[in-house]
Amino acid sequence: MAKALSKETHLAMYQKMSLIKQNDDQIQFEMKTGKLMMPYYSARGQEVIPSAVSVNLNPDDYLVTIYRGIHDSVAKGLPLKDLWAELAGRDTGTCKGKGGPMHITHPETGVMVTTGIVGSGIPIATGLALSSFYKKDGKVTVTNFGDGASNIGAFHEGLNLASVWKLPVVFICANNRYAEHTAYEMGTACDTIAERAASYNMPGVRVDGNDPEAMHAVAKEAIDRARNGGGPTLIEAMTFRFCGHNIGDDSHYIPAEEMAAAKEADPLPRYRQWLQNQGFATDEELTAMEANIAEEIKAAKEYAYSCDFPGVEELKRDVYAYDLA
Amino acid sequence: MTAKMTMLEAINLGIKDAMAADESVILFGEDVADEQGGGVVKATAGLSTAFGERVRSTPISEQGFVGAGVGAAIGGMRPVVEVMMANFLAVCMDQIVNHAAKIRFMSGGQTAVPMTIRTMSGAGFQTGGQHTDWTEAWFAHTPGMKVVMPSNPADAYGLIRGCIEDDDPCLFQESMPLYWVPGEAPVQGNVIRLGEANIVKEGTDVTLITYGRGVADSMAVAQKMAADGVNAEVIDLRTISPLDNDTILNSVAKTRRAVVVHEAVRSFGVGAEISSRIHEQLFSDLKAPVQRVASSDCPTPFCKPLEDAFLYSQAEIEHAIKATLD
Repeated sequence: MAKALSKETHLAMYQKMSLIKQNDDQIQFEMKTGKLMMPYYSARGQEVIPSAVSVNLNPDDYLVTIYRGIHDSVAKGLPLKDLWAELAGRDTGTCKGKGGPMHITHPETGVMVTTGIVGSGIPIATGLALSSFYKKDGKVTVTNFGDGASNIGAFHEGLNLASVWKLPVVFICANNRYAEHTAYEMGTACDTIAERAASYNMPGVRVDGNDPEAMHAVAKEAIDRARNGGGPTLIEAMTFRFCGHNIGDDSHYIPAEEMAAAKEADPLPRYRQWLQNQGFATDEELTAMEANIAEEIKAAKEYAYSCDFPGVEELKRDVYAYDLA
Repeated sequence: MTAKMTMLEAINLGIKDAMAADESVILFGEDVADEQGGGVVKATAGLSTAFGERVRSTPISEQGFVGAGVGAAIGGMRPVVEVMMANFLAVCMDQIVNHAAKIRFMSGGQTAVPMTIRTMSGAGFQTGGQHTDWTEAWFAHTPGMKVVMPSNPADAYGLIRGCIEDDDPCLFQESMPLYWVPGEAPVQGNVIRLGEANIVKEGTDVTLITYGRGVADSMAVAQKMAADGVNAEVIDLRTISPLDNDTILNSVAKTRRAVVVHEAVRSFGVGAEISSRIHEQLFSDLKAPVQRVASSDCPTPFCKPLEDAFLYSQAEIEHAIKATLD
């Protein structure tokens, strides 16, 4: 049995969850009012996973995530102003408006790669972990992906290589039961993703990814193992996404009762109540925390819209190390 | 007498010197370590013995280990990754095209992929349709990639070192038929900057623009035709992308005739791009349309007579030159 978590850790996790949720709400709002024009893959419902993982990470540990990964980057510490400026395509964005929501990058907080290609981040994370092996920098690389990614070759090649070379990397699969619009059973031959770890001789753990304590315990064990030279772990975190594959998707392929049950079990209000029941915080304290987050997002948003779009000279910049003629 | 070396030896020496000069240079690929034979053609022989765990043999898993090269490069290493045959690049296109090539741009310059991918190919060994393609046009068509192809041992040394020192992802294509041909030995420490073509032979009547094995064939034809009074200039591109426009255009402005020669198949190839650039810039100066000499637009066949017919020939180069002179 894992040691009970401190009040501070619980509140840190809740703070990240609330930040992710409110940030998602605001992105969706801005898209609906036409102020943000971008592809967006909401992670509403999946807040627990990166919140519980990232409180176990150092600021300079590496993160590789996917297009449904803004919540991973925000939990890792990505500054909101830089994020929002990127979402708005401004020159002050993390990628100068040249990457967008699917390619968020911010090495200062360890956000090394966000890929729009399912599964591709897995070998890249393995390579980042390889660089840590050579540099002996003590960093752990964490990479997030969905259940659909476990059916693509890059998943298997990346896990195999990471295990053969015993690299400090943690593979975190958010199993939200749907790969784009296809239900798990329709596309995945095995009962669990976690059991695929057996093929690569690494620990594979299935956990309730909506349970902060359980998720924290599994993440901590895997991160500690990686940092201590014990090699990679595959974590399958069971969760659900409330807003379909992307914004505009009506989730018609998800049975109404399944969606209703998932929303009923929304981890955010449940955890909020639990924190109060445990005496970790009062409703007023949590409300104040949430209000601070809302202010921070509002400021980031206003900042983003006040910035300029990048100049066309950026087309000639960053193609190579030097500017094109 | 100047010292001789084969291209294989020169590539090996170039990697070795790069690894000795910079600890962040690491090497991996299928069978590259000495225990597995030092590479299928022994291009990396001795390197794992010299550099230990900086050299790793990988599983047959191109998507995995090229992706690992991308990640290691982002993490501050300079990986030299061997993809045994150029056709196997198709297995890991996503990592090269969607990631290695684009990450600097998509991250707004925050991260980069200084990775060198070595690969080999070339007709003449009856290796058929999946072991003979040339892929320079695929990758030259991908902004962010650099594509390099040496024609002789000394250049191979300087260019592999140029690729490894370069801050962007490079594809280094090695021509199998040239591997065992001795040539002038490189000067150790001589790094050739990418993007600079070499005028192998100066001339006044026609410019032959080529690279890889096309250089020796073009030189042979140029020398033969010199006897007939045709003075050809021969340009070895060395770097295909970024292309050395100035050297090409200055030469053709002088000769007013051009032939592009490459082993890769003709259609939508590097020759088409070069021809187009010449026509765009020098149309009114040209005395004849630019000619292309290339291999046939079909998969590489197996049997010898068909393979020979598939591959461009010196006779075709001669014919193309004459077409510009008519």
